[in-house]
Amino acid sequence: MIGKSVIRKEAWDKVTGRAKYTHDKLQQGMLHAHLVTSPYAHALIHEIHFEKALSVPGVRAVVTGKGLPLTGEDLRDRPPIAFDKVRYHGEVVAIVVADTPIQAEKGANLVQIVYEPLPTVGSPRAALQADAPLIHENLGSYEKNDHTYPEPNTNIAHRTKIRKGNMEKGWSESEVVIETSVAFSPSDHLAMETRCATAEIFPDGRIEITASTQSPFMIKKLISTYFGEDVGKVVVHTPLVGGGYGGKAPVQLELLAYLASKAVRGRKVSVWNTREQDMITSPVHIGMEATVKLGCTKDGMIKAAEILFLFDGGAYSDKAIDVTRAAAVDCTGPYRIENVWCDSLCIYTNHPYASPFRSFGHCEQAFAIERAMDILAEKLGMDKLELRLKNAILPGHTTPTRVLLNRSNVGNLPACIKRLRELIQWDQWQRIELNARTVRAKGVSCSWKTSTIDTEASSGAIVTFNPDGSVNLMSGVVEIGTGSKTVLAQILAGKLKMDIDDIHVKMDIDTQSTPEHWKTVASRGTFMGGRAVLNAAEDAIRQLKAIAACVLRSPIEDLEVGYGKVFVRDDPAIFIPIKDIAYGYKYPNGNAIGGQIIGRGNYTLRHLTPLDKETGAGKPGPEWTVCAHAVEIEFDKRDCTYQILKAVSVVDVGEVLNWKAAIGQIIGAMSMGLSFASRETFLFDRYERVLNPQIRTYQPIRFGEHPEYIADFIKTPQIDAPYGARGAGEHGLIGIPAALANALSIAAGVPLNKLPLFPEQIWRAQKGK
Amino acid sequence: MSSSSKCEIPLTVNGEKYSVIARQADTLLFVLRNHLGLTGAKPGCLNGDCGACTVLMDKTPIKSCMILAIEAIGKSVTTIEGLRDAPIQRAFVEHFAFQCGYCTPGFIMNAHALVESTPNASEPIIEKWLESNVCRCTSYFEIEQAVKSVLAEKQASKD
Ligand code: FES
Ligand code: FES
Repeated sequence: MIGKSVIRKEAWDKVTGRAKYTHDKLQQGMLHAHLVTSPYAHALIHEIHFEKALSVPGVRAVVTGKGLPLTGEDLRDRPPIAFDKVRYHGEVVAIVVADTPIQAEKGANLVQIVYEPLPTVGSPRAALQADAPLIHENLGSYEKNDHTYPEPNTNIAHRTKIRKGNMEKGWSESEVVIETSVAFSPSDHLAMETRCATAEIFPDGRIEITASTQSPFMIKKLISTYFGEDVGKVVVHTPLVGGGYGGKAPVQLELLAYLASKAVRGRKVSVWNTREQDMITSPVHIGMEATVKLGCTKDGMIKAAEILFLFDGGAYSDKAIDVTRAAAVDCTGPYRIENVWCDSLCIYTNHPYASPFRSFGHCEQAFAIERAMDILAEKLGMDKLELRLKNAILPGHTTPTRVLLNRSNVGNLPACIKRLRELIQWDQWQRIELNARTVRAKGVSCSWKTSTIDTEASSGAIVTFNPDGSVNLMSGVVEIGTGSKTVLAQILAGKLKMDIDDIHVKMDIDTQSTPEHWKTVASRGTFMGGRAVLNAAEDAIRQLKAIAACVLRSPIEDLEVGYGKVFVRDDPAIFIPIKDIAYGYKYPNGNAIGGQIIGRGNYTLRHLTPLDKETGAGKPGPEWTVCAHAVEIEFDKRDCTYQILKAVSVVDVGEVLNWKAAIGQIIGAMSMGLSFASRETFLFDRYERVLNPQIRTYQPIRFGEHPEYIADFIKTPQIDAPYGARGAGEHGLIGIPAALANALSIAAGVPLNKLPLFPEQIWRAQKGK
Repeated sequence: MSSSSKCEIPLTVNGEKYSVIARQADTLLFVLRNHLGLTGAKPGCLNGDCGACTVLMDKTPIKSCMILAIEAIGKSVTTIEGLRDAPIQRAFVEHFAFQCGYCTPGFIMNAHALVESTPNASEPIIEKWLESNVCRCTSYFEIEQAVKSVLAEKQASKD
């Protein structure tokens, strides 16, 4: 069962058009909202006139931001609807609710708003200038949690500090020193399903939300926190989700749907993002500017790292704070460095606000570190893989936040590098000139990641039995496309030694009946969800054995469960079929014992601690997955265009639970990384308005532009994880942008430190423009 | 008559005849989803950019967000719900050619039309057809494998 390419449970629904996503669930009488958004990136709102909108037939209400509480996960800095001022292009200023989407849109077009534009802030470095406009004048008075440290009267929402070892010593031991800076602007997740939510409020106060989200349980909690609703009265439903990649982890439209429903006395209201809104109004992929300084001995042992990450968190901090913290946690990349100084800042700008993006701060951070590693190798005149291997993190080393690594909590990076070396024939060639115009080159990188999640985050599972002995599985992990629900079924089938077809998976989440899973993020679905499922299975097995012990007149300890039976260990001929006891057992005379078997389990990661404010010391996650990546390109020297020929990732996954699903996760993530690095960015005008909020102008990779992909695995088990499997949903992506930039830098003969790598960008770098 | 005035639109969808009262300005995608409850075709961009809304009109794939329902009068429309055991569906399942599945109906309709109309499609032709659809989850490689496997089957059964 484990390792098999089991077809995902919802596969046939998906290829027949029967799979239902949030916005597919139309209902008679449901009202529709249209968002009125800001055309400015920074402006005061003087007046809002919506009388004309209200006169449109079918328009039932216009909701504005007046009197609403501030929201935000770590720092409450965001009005759900802008009120006194707007801070990014696309920010919601009003919601128009009407009988049909068209009427709502008509109404929205008639809402008149008088703005007074303000000077804008267009990058993290600009935001740090002494004379930069302040985006949040009241930063000092915002409510926040204990581990968030805003700096009032600046544009700094939060700073994470890592202080490890002794920098003076590190620099004095360094014979070779390099410093480099990198940068990229915000971009987008571009999930094919745009974000959407419905809300309905019942007379007894019950609030029913249906949302395309990675965080149904967080929605429940936040609506309660923000608006003082009883948490038990908020019920969130999440059907299949059409792609998340981190972009559906934040809670935004759900709040708007709730407010809109409230405005029409609890009627059901649907809020659905157009593509344009989904790209800029809802949270985006974070941008970053960074400087990395590395020092090493002549033979390449890295002694010191000084790292400054300036993240473009956009107008509001929400989940960006967490992302910038996660980048700091793994700031050095997967290398042993004793002396580390890192500041990771979450900075306000007038850009759309940021959310996690697949790999949670890591592909961003890795881009900076891995560019620096290549530059260091060049200065040393050392082989690029050799330098990485020499400094590879190993059991016995400590991480930047001083977690001591062992054989279980970190994968085997040297093995990943060795395998990569073979797969890309690194030792044969690294750069060749095919002719006067064309160069081929290979770029490499390494990466690692742990999950930075709440220390008390937990996951639960319930298994119930049917009269035929088959099993229902309920878990709070959302099916966002990663196949986690199917993998959980595999884990359950393995434990109960039964056929996967006899396991019925509940796909939809209903927070009232599905046990909580913190959030479907951070590649934690199979680790935490899997442990919960194993516990639930144990619980069910105990109950099955208890009934069977009576019926079979045998001590519980002598019984085993499997193959649809409970049987006596040393004589399997003595058994009772599970179906005969799944609902309790009925004796021939009519007496009955037991009842439906209901197994329950939960799991919380152990021994996690928050980071220390001054030094960053702490244990943010349970294990580190390590990877090695390579990208091979063909570069045209005349016009700076290039083709990506091959991309390779070797990931230490611990164990592969579903082979094809795992490969799909890795190469899907690689594809996203290549798309991001080669062509994805928001283009801003000088007023920080987004010029390309459409797929035709934003231009992700399309069919036919994909290179050859190779994904391979190393298996160093994580002993606490189900079957030793490490998180791997994001890891194919992390080092890919850096590997592409490294390959192109080698081909073009100039350091390329800005993303995306448009040919024009390369040409500019060559010309020093 | 203004674009918002309603009219009766006779449609043939998946071999069944319907009569729909809708606005003249309503797109085929809107009518399929909101009037007929055929939600397989997805609203990915409403701008012709993503292909998630692809359906067949007289066997030709079209982006249903880009045409009006009234333009489909007299034509035969096939949506993903109208495919029954098409080889491409099984191929998508077997090759893990989707993850979240949101782009899948559009991709399948487009690929289905391709393999039916051009069973000997060459690599560049496959590319030309399928570049009109966007998938964010897979690497496209899996989709390519699925399409090629059906083409290969078609070739084999012809030989
Ligand atoms: S919705 Fe029609 S092409 Fe995107
Ligand atoms: S499978 Fe998710 S977009 Fe294609």
